Amino acid sequence: MLRFILTKLGVLIPTFLGVTLIAFSFIRMLPGDPIELLAGERGVSAERHAKLMADLGFDRPIWEQYFSFLWGILHGDLGVSFTSRQPVLEEFLTRFPATVELAGCAIIFAALIGLPAGIIAAVKRGSAFDHTLMGISLAGYSMPIFWWGLLLIILFSSPDMLGLTPVSGRLSALFWIDQDTGFMLIDAFVSDEKGAFKSAVSHLILPTIVLGTIPMAIIARQTRSAMLEVLGEDYVRTARAKGLKPLRVIGIHALRNALITVITVIGLQVGVLLAGAILTETIFSWPGIGKWMIDSISRRDYFAVQGGIVLIASIVMIVNLLVDFMYGLINPRILHRR
Amino acid sequence: MSLLDIKNLSVEFQTAHGLFRAVDGVDLEIDQGEMVAIVGESGSGKSVSMLALMGLLPWTANITADCMLFDGIDLLSISKKERRQIIGKDISMIFQEPMTSLNPCFTVGYQIMEVIKEHLGGTKKELEKRAIELLGLVGIPAPETRLRAFPHQMSGGMNQRVMIAMMIACNPRLLIADEPTTALDVTIQAQILELLGELQKEKGMALVLITHDMGVVAETAEVVNVQYAGQQVERQDVVGLFDKPQHPYTYALLNALPERATSKRLPSIPGVVPGLLDRPTGCLFNPRCQFATDKCRKEAPDHSSKVLCHYPLVDGKPTNNHPGVSASDVSVSGGTA
Amino acid sequence: MSQVQNTAGQIEAEKQISPLKQQFKEFWFYFSENKGAVAGLFFFLFVVFVAIFADIIAPHSPNQQYREFIQLPPFWQDGGQFQFFLGTDPVGRDVLSRIMHGSRYSLFAGCIVIVISLTAGVLLGLSAGFFRGFYEVVVMRVMDVILSIPSLLMALVLVAMLGPSLQNAMIAISITYLPHYVRLARASTVAEAARDYVMASKVAGAGKMRLMLVAILPNCMAPLIVQASLSFSTAILDTAALGFLGQGAQAPTAEWGTMLADAREFILSAWWIVTFPGLAILLTVLAINLMGDGLRDALDPKMKRS
Repeated sequence: MLRFILTKLGVLIPTFLGVTLIAFSFIRMLPGDPIELLAGERGVSAERHAKLMADLGFDRPIWEQYFSFLWGILHGDLGVSFTSRQPVLEEFLTRFPATVELAGCAIIFAALIGLPAGIIAAVKRGSAFDHTLMGISLAGYSMPIFWWGLLLIILFSSPDMLGLTPVSGRLSALFWIDQDTGFMLIDAFVSDEKGAFKSAVSHLILPTIVLGTIPMAIIARQTRSAMLEVLGEDYVRTARAKGLKPLRVIGIHALRNALITVITVIGLQVGVLLAGAILTETIFSWPGIGKWMIDSISRRDYFAVQGGIVLIASIVMIVNLLVDFMYGLINPRILHRR
Repeated sequence: MSLLDIKNLSVEFQTAHGLFRAVDGVDLEIDQGEMVAIVGESGSGKSVSMLALMGLLPWTANITADCMLFDGIDLLSISKKERRQIIGKDISMIFQEPMTSLNPCFTVGYQIMEVIKEHLGGTKKELEKRAIELLGLVGIPAPETRLRAFPHQMSGGMNQRVMIAMMIACNPRLLIADEPTTALDVTIQAQILELLGELQKEKGMALVLITHDMGVVAETAEVVNVQYAGQQVERQDVVGLFDKPQHPYTYALLNALPERATSKRLPSIPGVVPGLLDRPTGCLFNPRCQFATDKCRKEAPDHSSKVLCHYPLVDGKPTNNHPGVSASDVSVSGGTA
Repeated sequence: MSQVQNTAGQIEAEKQISPLKQQFKEFWFYFSENKGAVAGLFFFLFVVFVAIFADIIAPHSPNQQYREFIQLPPFWQDGGQFQFFLGTDPVGRDVLSRIMHGSRYSLFAGCIVIVISLTAGVLLGLSAGFFRGFYEVVVMRVMDVILSIPSLLMALVLVAMLGPSLQNAMIAISITYLPHYVRLARASTVAEAARDYVMASKVAGAGKMRLMLVAILPNCMAPLIVQASLSFSTAILDTAALGFLGQGAQAPTAEWGTMLADAREFILSAWWIVTFPGLAILLTVLAINLMGDGLRDALDPKMKRS
């Protein structure tokens, strides 16, 4: 196990350094003078320009700038946002729970539908259900989710159609609750405001569906193919030869083995989810890190973008590492090596 | 009444290239406590006929039979649920590949206890006690600790013993062993066969041994069924079969045994078992038969006769007015054909 | 006897057809078995046709603003006119014509992205798998870095560096797709390089370039083609997504994603402006994915059914 961790870290550390290098070179590779880019159209006086260059360290040699950037990251200092004057890490952390809440709901939604659908499709291979499901999941996989979000708003939020769900945000403006955890569902649940929880849930429904669509399609397809492979294995035949009930053969013997690959697939959706979060959060004005990144890019707040890249890439790498560990934990062939 | 009675069993598969008949008119009768071997080359439909009996074939298989009686119960007409109560309890089966036939995600103990719980029930303690007892019975050292081992932590021979323990757990009356030793080392092979023989005598269960190894047949079986290309070509008791083979295929199989070889080069049967696309007309064995005549190439022999041949052999010579050639005139093709 | 004649006849028949034709016949046999793939192929050909002849078949110019026909609904709704089949947008442009012209940008973007990422990815992966050593480690680590940043974010950052335009969006998306090609090409190169036939041509005196491009490359193509068909559809999606976020093609270009971005504020008043461009994206991408599935079944022998 220790060797496993060490080899993983041996790959992760250079990758992390590579990410910091990309984030670092991002501002420096922008065409033109960094200060003028940051200042935008307003422009700055020559005096202020020189002061800003010195403050932000642009006048130092490039390698020195990089090492102080890296040094900062190792001490939890990711610079200061140019527009809000807040530390980037703080900005990130206040928005992060919103994205976690949304992404978590989306992946749970995707797994709750995708897993059983994939299992049934594999068991009833070649049936009408199988064909329909595979068609739907391919359509889900092909979905431009930014359009899907708009379409769902037309269908569910438009007063002419169903008028059921709110269009944007995390909570109705009628409520004011303390954000202790940053997770609206929890905060609204523990608050005294009546109806706040219901409002939080109704705000979550559409974004969850939109963000969960592609992972759901991927999970359904992967579950189906993993189950098909496992159902052809000798040990499934053995289980049936034991006279076990079909539910037990499929639900215990086959599924336990198929889950090894499926859980890995689910784990690897983090990157897809974070990319999807940028679009979903934009459509629904969801105050998470995806919207924050897009806003920072369009506001030319390049320090926020720089810090955001490092943080988001770190999250992806950490989750992938956890998925690797989990793969070892749920696969007895790796866990109990002789 | 015999324990198992199968008459005219056929299995067909729907494939992309049309219907493929994997088993064609096989009869099998087994008495309580009897030991029957089914022999034939790879692809002669030995395993498929037994899987059909177990109900383990995929849904693409079309199974027909005049009768398929186990202990007086018609296996073809009972419901799936009723069949599940027989499978794994009264009839059980062990497979060729012990390494892949056990579920890699569960401990050996879990997999043994599961089948007992399913059919006989019992508390966790009772199940555990019984599982340890079974592992000891099949000759696994330190069964208490092995209970918590995963299949990949043990050797192929050990896994096959676990497999046997699992399948005799509910005291079956019929055990089918599908080439149980093919994937194992030679020294382990003998041990496993010995174990199966002992268990069969001890428990008084019937045993069907599927194999392509005539040596195994000679050592263990009482009655032998020879199958070729999905058809049963000959059935005899083991002594008669080895002394007086009646079908040319049996004759050729026996001639291919090293200990029977008379010439310097080991005789073999040229060609392979016909597949889906190269089925000959007439007798299925005719392209490879040293005694084949025009009649053999045109007419299929009658299923109802004891030996599936137009010219059953007596002392290695074809009878029934075989035109011309006798065995001695035909040079047995040898070597690497 | 008949059997022997049969095989002889088959051999003769095989001789008459050239191996390439034979290969294609086999490919088509497996491909056409998948009805969805064939349907996808036909729809895709239809989109290609529309893209090529958009100037001729589109009823209006994509940028012509008919000020007297603003936000007209599709013809079957009250107030719709037949000459504006799918209605008009808030400045009076014909939605159908804009969608037809939009197919050009999407297909073009998909093609360019594939060409760039496939060529660069294959060259990097092939050389990494061939030369091994430190060079390979560097290439693969760089790919890991790209993979650890979510693709859309990576593309956004690259576009921010290069400036928002369709051309830069295509370059940015190509870079985010590189790792998949590099990994595939490297893996199959490493596998193929160990084979006997490579050794044989090495012994025969083939140069490094010849060995790499003539001996190894053609044998790694099947998975790369499947990957290319997959990334063709995602490239269309990502180009549209960047357009939607205002970082790809710029208004008033009739690019599907950009059209959706323009239409956002009207979603509750004029559903057709939002619905149809998105539907065009969905159907095109779906058709390509259906084709890709068929392609994988036909090219990947492991997936072939018995």
